Amino acid sequence: MKVYAMVIDTNLCIGCGDCVVACKTENKLPAGLNRDWVVEATRGRYPDLTTEFRSERCNHCTHATCVHACPTGATYTWQNSNIVLVEPSKCTGCKACIAACPYDARLIMTPDGYIDKCTFCHHRVEKGQDPACVSACPTHCMHFGLLSDAQSTVSRLLATRPHKALLEETGNEPQVYYLT
Amino acid sequence: MLEEVLVTVRDNPGIDPSLSVWHWEIPAYLFLGGLTAGILLFASLIVLLGREKDFPFVSRRLPIWAFVALSLGMLALFLDLSHKFYVWRFYTTFQVSSPMSWGSWILLLVYPVIILLTACTLREGYPALGRLVDRFRAGHAGINFACRHRVLVAQWGLILAVFLGFYTGILLSAFSARPFWNTGFLAPLFLVSGMSAAAALVLLGTRSEHERHMFTRIDIVLIAIKLSLIALLLVNLATGSRVQIEASQMVFGGEFAIPFWVFLVIPGLMIPLILEYWELKGTRRAWMLVSPVLVLYGSYMLRQLTVDMGQASSYISYVNAFDPALLELLR
Repeated sequence: MKVYAMVIDTNLCIGCGDCVVACKTENKLPAGLNRDWVVEATRGRYPDLTTEFRSERCNHCTHATCVHACPTGATYTWQNSNIVLVEPSKCTGCKACIAACPYDARLIMTPDGYIDKCTFCHHRVEKGQDPACVSACPTHCMHFGLLSDAQSTVSRLLATRPHKALLEETGNEPQVYYLT
Repeated sequence: MLEEVLVTVRDNPGIDPSLSVWHWEIPAYLFLGGLTAGILLFASLIVLLGREKDFPFVSRRLPIWAFVALSLGMLALFLDLSHKFYVWRFYTTFQVSSPMSWGSWILLLVYPVIILLTACTLREGYPALGRLVDRFRAGHAGINFACRHRVLVAQWGLILAVFLGFYTGILLSAFSARPFWNTGFLAPLFLVSGMSAAAALVLLGTRSEHERHMFTRIDIVLIAIKLSLIALLLVNLATGSRVQIEASQMVFGGEFAIPFWVFLVIPGLMIPLILEYWELKGTRRAWMLVSPVLVLYGSYMLRQLTVDMGQASSYISYVNAFDPALLELLR
């Protein structure tokens, strides 16, 4: 199985939101709907505060509870990889996948009603390009590649830098990592 | 201290500011599915025990209400779908890991069993309807077939009733992402609640003193089990992981405390338990129609609050300061 991962350097991210705009433009999302978003997390007690910006999206988990919950097989993994996609012509809009996602990363496409989500821009990935959010990042804090390739940038970054993933306690095995 | 604030716009309908994708339709479906399971269980049990004469309402008039309840429940489920034209996709596959897929196939098996169980009761329970069906050769043969295989149908009915009742709880408890739902107590709670709702329906419909007395006794036991299971569920959550403890706090002083205690536990469980106890003792008979209505109300409210509280409980707790009204200014 090919494992694609996104690695985001929280020391370089300035929370500009360009990744969000790039995603909306690339994927032609209607007004008000977002597949990715930026969180500002502040930790500590004044005056000893630390702040990190995190660009978040679907974590394309290798143990994706949304895939398991889907009753029609509309939610599936792309080409023997961990990239989780939705096939609108199989989706009933039952919303089981939304309830099953601990990251609340899914959305209901309006006005059609099928369920939508981040695709890691698989249409770009199959052409050898990075996802739109990664390409647009002005500080180059986002990286994308194959974790199953030990020589890829994402593998080398995770091998050499301290990092974390979100809500690992859920057991979903998320594949978006944050360098800390 | 940790504060997490969204710094870009996120206003996905139904997802933000907090999850609210399921409204009244899914609670109604779970309630009617549970009621169907309860009816099927009692109706099958009476046939298998050979006690039809002792329980005239259950054996003759109750099964058709399972058909009505399940049909309304399926309608509610259909209304909930946001991509309705693709509803047939449920029946083009079987996803073994998806409780909803299991449920859709269980419902497909339950329907013919209910129809067969009902068919055999039509001539005695609903003579006008029975005569109408008997006029058609297929209908006449169908009723005869159903009556000939009544015991076999009841055996299947009993098994499927338990599956259906458990399924309505497992549907929610399988969502590990929602801490309030993620407990094994939901399945037995929803099965017992469905049985209690069916017992309440019997109390509303029966004119037999013996049947009323027996089902009052049954319902008292079921309500007591329901209260115990709710207590165990809360203990289970309150002694669980951090997110489960936070989920349990919603009913102990949190935003759902008043709906849970004032609109569910007291009127939907405690009061009918007292009224049915009085009924059993032969006092305050004038209240005997109030308690089953309250039991039915409590059974629905249990699903409504469970669905709402599950959606309100989450692993994430962003502060979403986005005001959707600002979008209008850009248009």
